[in-house]
Amino acid sequence: MSPNVAASIARADGPLKLAVPRGALLRETLDILDEIGVDTSGPRSDSRSLIFETAGVTLVTMRPSDVPTYVEAGAADVGITGKDVLLEQADRAVYELLDLGFGRCRMVLAGRRGDASLGEAQRRLGMMRIATKYPRIAERHFEQTGRQVEVIEVKGSVELAPLIGLGDGIVDLVATGRTLEENDLEVREEIVECTARFVANRVAHKLRAAEVDDLTAKLREASGR
Amino acid sequence: MIHPIPPGTRDVLPDEMRELRRLNRALIEVFEARGYGEVATPAIEYDEVLARGGGRAAETAYRFFDESGDLLALRSDMTVPIARLVASRYANAEPPLRLCYLASAYRAVRPQRGQMREFVQAGVELIGAPAPDGTAEVIEVLEAALDAAGLDRAVIGLGDADLYRQLLTEFGIEGDGREAILARLATHDMVGLEAELAAVRGLGDDQIATCVALAQMRGGREVLEQARGLGGSAVERATAQMQATFDALEQRGVADRVQIDLGLLRDLGYYSGAILEVYDPALGHILGGGGRYDNLMRRFGVDLPAAGFALYLERVHVAQMEEERRRRATS
Repeated sequence: MSPNVAASIARADGPLKLAVPRGALLRETLDILDEIGVDTSGPRSDSRSLIFETAGVTLVTMRPSDVPTYVEAGAADVGITGKDVLLEQADRAVYELLDLGFGRCRMVLAGRRGDASLGEAQRRLGMMRIATKYPRIAERHFEQTGRQVEVIEVKGSVELAPLIGLGDGIVDLVATGRTLEENDLEVREEIVECTARFVANRVAHKLRAAEVDDLTAKLREASGR
Repeated sequence: MIHPIPPGTRDVLPDEMRELRRLNRALIEVFEARGYGEVATPAIEYDEVLARGGGRAAETAYRFFDESGDLLALRSDMTVPIARLVASRYANAEPPLRLCYLASAYRAVRPQRGQMREFVQAGVELIGAPAPDGTAEVIEVLEAALDAAGLDRAVIGLGDADLYRQLLTEFGIEGDGREAILARLATHDMVGLEAELAAVRGLGDDQIATCVALAQMRGGREVLEQARGLGGSAVERATAQMQATFDALEQRGVADRVQIDLGLLRDLGYYSGAILEVYDPALGHILGGGGRYDNLMRRFGVDLPAAGFALYLERVHVAQMEEERRRRATS
């Protein structure tokens, strides 16, 4: 790893800072924190605050995809985020300590129901065009399965892309499959299963070993693993 | 008018330069006072020479042909060039040799990470002094350097580069599975590690538990005792060596800031035996690292044990400023 001065952020001492993902993983993250005795009334309230001091840890709420960034830099000592985020940002140097088991969903390749354009594009054009919010996961998957693709990165509602002709298919995260169904899309291949993970900053893992290990052990027990 | 410079490079202006110069001088004084003479080597070398470092160290990012068609490369660290220098200039010198440096090195940047292509390292190489006392001397110099930089809260992690390679051999794990397990250990991906271990056929639950437990053992001397309790020849050898290093550190009175860490795994290709990492609570990134490279000199035709460390100067400077700020805030 080469040095990264710009992103180095100093960490104050005090309670461990835990990055909490907003969005789909928030509710179950707060539930498991309740179980290990962390006071989550702050983030559960309607407060617009982003930082909540509790007795044992400081909770810092953020987008799931920002968790690896904050944890790698040490601005948060530990954090919870989805495996999909960690796979997409595989070059972030964070320690993945625990599979928390919740937030289970699948990264899939999907195409329009009953539509042959994925196969046809591959056969006649030699490559598929794939719209996705996860360009690196998509590229790696097709590379490992020996197929050529043009990956088109989009930021929101990726289901839209194949419906109006941006790409032959999509790579996206699917929980229940309802969104796909409603948009007349179907799963063609499963790429990887993703759950919530507990991660730690490298330096915090060394210098605050007892606190990090204690939190890991409690979360392991609460997650039933 | 703005004339761009390549990403991952930067200009240094007088205010920062003054501070960097002061830090440089303090570090070099520490090294010189302990008998380490400063050397400089060319930033460009023959690619084939740098490639002798092996592994990640050999992956020089910037290569080009010179006017006679030879492949040159920008160095990615100073250890390999100094190994080359010692083999060429000090082939008949009486070991040990003590050398230090303050030099730029060059590595590839991953996009959008704010990483530096060009960065400055300050470090020492002790060539011809075997473990454990050579290792202890290097750690003592490192501690003095950290003190000189004002980083009195910094901690040095001490691990063993051969532990997992030997452990996996002892467990009979070869091939792709072995590489996958070592890759998980290097990134400290505990979830992936357990999955890879579970995928190895014929591996016992206790062997999986040993590997997972070892990777998380870090702390004071008591950690060695806990590790020994897991049994096996790889653990026995590694803990005996770490014990010897730790004893040598205690004799020198410099063991207090050393954290024994059986989970440490550095990814440079030439390390063997003791490996080091440096942390400061004010910074989320490692400040530097090092260790023993008893097999590197042989690749240059001189069979001498060796050890050294390098600090990332810019990071030390960031940590220094944060520690100063903290001291001001608490006083």
